[in-house]
Amino acid sequence: MSMLTAIQSASAGQSRATQLRFWLLLGGLAVLLLVSITLGITLGPVEIPVSAVWRIAASETLRVLSDITSLDLSGWVNIEEDWSKAQFNIIWLIRFPRVLLGVFVGAGLAAVGVTMQALVRNPLADPYILGISSGASVGAVAVLAFGAFAFAGIYAISFGAFVGSTLTFFIVFLLAQSNGRLNPARLILAGVAVAYFFSGLTSFITLTSDKRELARAVLAWLLGSLAGTDWPELTLPAVVLLFGSLYLAMQARGLNALIVGDETAATLGVDLTRFRRLLFLAVSLVTGVMVAVSGAIGFIGLMIPHIVRLMVGTDHRRVLPVSIFVGSIFLIWVDVVARTAFDPVELPVGVITSLLGGPFFLWLLHRQLKERGGL
Amino acid sequence: MNLQTENVSWSVEAKKIVDAVTLAVAEGEFVGLLGPNGSGKSSLLRIIYRILKPDAGVIELAGANVWQLSPRQVARQMAVVMQERTGDFDFSVHEIVMMGRNPHKGMFDRDTTHDFQLVDEALARVDMTDFAQRSFLTLSGGEKQRVLIARALVQQAKFLVLDEPTNHLDIHYQLEILELVKNLGVTTIAALHELNLAAFYCDRLYMLKAGRLVASGTPEEVLHPDLIRQVYGVWSEVATHPLTGKLVINFFPEALGSRLNGNGRKK
Repeated sequence: MSMLTAIQSASAGQSRATQLRFWLLLGGLAVLLLVSITLGITLGPVEIPVSAVWRIAASETLRVLSDITSLDLSGWVNIEEDWSKAQFNIIWLIRFPRVLLGVFVGAGLAAVGVTMQALVRNPLADPYILGISSGASVGAVAVLAFGAFAFAGIYAISFGAFVGSTLTFFIVFLLAQSNGRLNPARLILAGVAVAYFFSGLTSFITLTSDKRELARAVLAWLLGSLAGTDWPELTLPAVVLLFGSLYLAMQARGLNALIVGDETAATLGVDLTRFRRLLFLAVSLVTGVMVAVSGAIGFIGLMIPHIVRLMVGTDHRRVLPVSIFVGSIFLIWVDVVARTAFDPVELPVGVITSLLGGPFFLWLLHRQLKERGGL
Repeated sequence: MNLQTENVSWSVEAKKIVDAVTLAVAEGEFVGLLGPNGSGKSSLLRIIYRILKPDAGVIELAGANVWQLSPRQVARQMAVVMQERTGDFDFSVHEIVMMGRNPHKGMFDRDTTHDFQLVDEALARVDMTDFAQRSFLTLSGGEKQRVLIARALVQQAKFLVLDEPTNHLDIHYQLEILELVKNLGVTTIAALHELNLAAFYCDRLYMLKAGRLVASGTPEEVLHPDLIRQVYGVWSEVATHPLTGKLVINFFPEALGSRLNGNGRKK
């Protein structure tokens, strides 16, 4: 064996080991996600046996399947219905959709955070900090208050939020440019200013509206909450998360090049203008849809990618999938804390993420200032 | 792989940064682009590697207009080594070099054994094999440049663009980097600020002043004290080194230079 082949096998072997570790991590996270979903459903003021969770899920899935296929499947699997009507309602109609929404929103916001940080090349970027979530909230509230985007039917709120997030992202991006370059300090400041403005606008629309139910809804949007979700609301976030994260995962190589630098990306064959536009749209769409169902839950997109990078490095082929899992697991547990820890008061989940995320942001900022002497 | 620019111009708000530059790099040549700071060297290179779109003129790579090729097509033929900082995001050396495979990869392609071989060979060639798993951010300037050259090798481009590859490097690394590039035998255009290095390594030189080409040719044809005085505003003496046969340039400050020059000591 020549020396060169010896070197080759060493390096390829090392990377195979890295690859194996990555798949083990992903497998572990998948198991952890299932466990978290189960526990997230059982934990709460009303005691629920763990076994009931998945048996109810199985029997409901079976029922839906036989409805669709109009076959009698009850002979296949026999699930004994030993749960009460109340237990069924709590598990299947209240907690299941709520926990699943946490999964989708947590995953979506984490993926969006990863992408935005590569797009603006700044680890402090997050849809909440850059005001994108506030913009989405305005869009959503405008739909409720003025009946905007009525043509979109039941998806009007999501559409409004998407329009709001796209516009806001665009404005913040423009404001952050100086001499054709993205200035990190300007980016954060522009984001904060825009976020304040749009939060103010959301409150303004709500308080001057003659629709009374708005006042309650707006609190949920401003604070971010997973409460009161039902099954039909889950469809759009699930579809958008699936396609959004698949698209982003396919762009992982491009994101790697982009996070190194615009010119590097271009000289490695990335069509910058087109790629940026598509990422812009993907980020705005996922943020808009998530905010439409859960309000502005902050700092997930900031904290999760950072923690994940400490675990697996910067390569987006690993960071994206791991962030998606960690984001969903994280949000399930934060929501469990939000609704159980301060009994009898139930907090909106965004309150807890802000309490965690604010100090995290400051810590990152402090580190950045220390290392670079500036943003 | 050859490159030609024809009457290429680029301005910022009516100020011509690059002014009607026509140059050519032939297959296998190592061409140096000289000129003081602000003479438009980097801008011209950025036009060549398709980051800046010229207001006028054509850039042809192997006979094809680069603006009629996709960024991907260009990236398969042309690799660029520039000053690079990954900022807050750290990659391993292996990951940085593997990025050179990007222009050859579709969305669903994974890294193959072939890709790993290319990375290993490239790292061996720049003598960075032991650094494969190190973090890029912790490397010294010279090591970073070598890694970026390895990435260019993995890109398997037939044409190489270097933007001040020896900037901020110790003389040891300056020689090492240029020696490395020269020995690759790839067609290269490099912006250089160190005239002695340019004279030593380049086959031909182009000299820019205020965006215009003021001289071109072999080092012997271009590097004259008069031209150096005109372009850089310094006095100099150009001699041929007895051992290497290459030009050696000495620079003098204004007072000393005008005295020496008065004595008529010119080559």
